[in-house]
Amino acid sequence: MSVTYIDAIHQALDELLAEDPDVFLMGEDIAGKFGGAFKATKGLDAKYPGRVLNAPIAEDAIAGVGIGAAIGGMKPILEMQFADFGTLALNQMGNNAGAHFYRTGMPINVTLRMPCGGTPGGGPYHSQSLEALFAHYPGLHVFTPATVADAYYMLKQAVQIPDPVVFLEHKFLYRWLKADSWTDPNPLPIGQARIARPGQHATVVAFSAMVPEALRAAEELSATSGYELEVVDLRSVKPLDTETILDSVARTARLLVVSEDFPWGGVAAEVVSQVSAQGFHLLDAPPLRLSSHDTPIPAHPDLWKAHRPSAAAIADAARYLISL
Amino acid sequence: MVMARAFDTKISALYKAGKIFGGVFLGRGHEAIAACQAVFLTRGEDVYNPFIREQAGRCAWGESVLESARAYLGSIDGYMRGRDSNVHWGNPASGTPVPISHLGAMVSVVAGMMLAKRFKGETGRVGVACIGDGTTSVGATHEAVNLIAVEKLPVVIVVTNNQFAYSTPNSQEFAASLTDRGRGYGLSCHECDGTDFMATLATMQRAISAARAGEGPQWVVANTLRMCGHGEHDDAAYIPEELKAAYADRDPLAVARRQMLEAGWLTEAEAQAWDDECRDEVQRLVAQAQREKTPNPADEDWMATSWNPEY
Repeated sequence: MSVTYIDAIHQALDELLAEDPDVFLMGEDIAGKFGGAFKATKGLDAKYPGRVLNAPIAEDAIAGVGIGAAIGGMKPILEMQFADFGTLALNQMGNNAGAHFYRTGMPINVTLRMPCGGTPGGGPYHSQSLEALFAHYPGLHVFTPATVADAYYMLKQAVQIPDPVVFLEHKFLYRWLKADSWTDPNPLPIGQARIARPGQHATVVAFSAMVPEALRAAEELSATSGYELEVVDLRSVKPLDTETILDSVARTARLLVVSEDFPWGGVAAEVVSQVSAQGFHLLDAPPLRLSSHDTPIPAHPDLWKAHRPSAAAIADAARYLISL
Repeated sequence: MVMARAFDTKISALYKAGKIFGGVFLGRGHEAIAACQAVFLTRGEDVYNPFIREQAGRCAWGESVLESARAYLGSIDGYMRGRDSNVHWGNPASGTPVPISHLGAMVSVVAGMMLAKRFKGETGRVGVACIGDGTTSVGATHEAVNLIAVEKLPVVIVVTNNQFAYSTPNSQEFAASLTDRGRGYGLSCHECDGTDFMATLATMQRAISAARAGEGPQWVVANTLRMCGHGEHDDAAYIPEELKAAYADRDPLAVARRQMLEAGWLTEAEAQAWDDECRDEVQRLVAQAQREKTPNPADEDWMATSWNPEY
């Protein structure tokens, strides 16, 4: 049997609804026969009547309702139709949900699911990766699963964590990424990065859809040049597992951080900053970043492919890093 | 109302003496509206979202002015423990979510709290969301009120029109009538003179009872004048003198006292005793808050989340 990344998310939502009467879903177009723009909630309304709520097109209010429902003891799982529209919920998530535990002592168990990242033809407003914006605010955990198993386990773990979690699902991975099963005999705890591929010549830190790209780059480099890249999948960008990153850099002495987000002040910059501050002595070369271009995300597939880091671009950057 | 006015007077004096960090925001002119909404609510069962000028509502809801004093003074025994202050306080577990500064943001939070009660099977509950004339311009308000209407949640949105959003008069804030705005969402609408205690009491009772009885969300426009600055840093020189003069004999406390004396609910002696008792109580409780400890930065855990990974 082969399952996809979105199958794993659907399964996790199904189980969460079945296991916990406090869980409910709210978002645009998620109820009824439609089941969401990406079908992540298909069939769940019929299976759990009254617990899958369609909302008006009101991202701020969806997040605000989630906060209020969590105050009232519920565990809402909210869906933004596209992460890009999450900017309209940013005030509620950052200033209200994120600030709530520190200000009041009461954690807010809200999970905000956001389909993020680029797909061919998505264009400037259906392609963005906004992990840095949300991670910037205190009080939010930001998850970026890159495997089918992580999509399943991390969504379930997100609801176990009593704080707000921003769960960024990559749209490109939804149906492209397949596995035999969403189960994993030893799922990692949240907050721990994963060595997706061991190697000794350079560390490539990636998350979300950049993990499979980095793995392809590593295979290409291994086949063409014999260099072995160690690929670290962050899994969650906040909390950020600097220990696993530093351990890897201690082995390889070289760091490349890959992100699909815009370059300025992003997660890649944060990782480079942390490694520079805590592991400068481990580095044999300057730490490098590879991000998307500092422009809006273009719609045409040819432009889009050149806008974001590709496996080839990652391999090129790694080759350059190793040459330094 | 008397207690709220006594507290406002005291906290304003402390502000002017330099004893308060941050701003001080009074509810002068809003006392009848605030008290008359919260008096129909039950702490621990209903939801009440007071904000800037609802000190009288907080008292009627059942929170001591001690908590207001603690918020202003940063007492570690208060709900906010110095992490937030002035009017940004509440106790979400008992039904008062803590407002953030972004206007309109709390309306959907009240909606969510009522949705949780629906899920939990708690019936006959009401949520009151307090907003002002300026907040009706904010996008978040529109999103939330529309969602409340669609979900038919038992929420009463009280729009206190004090005629000025900080310094901006109604004419620069909106072009429609505020009551028409409520109708536009499909809500049952009410309007009252918020300086008229008896009229306000009757209006709030009607609106809150209707929501409680399952008649859907309600929109109340209560009109008054802000009889002070936006905060105590603001002399409100932008409020025309003739407008101030028109409200000279419409102080909600004076009107309420007059009406209650006429109705036989109160004697002159009782009214005088209330004044004295409230002033004494405020003096005592503010002094208590002043004696309480303020946060020690060395003890601060600087944790923004309740859960953190174990490394």
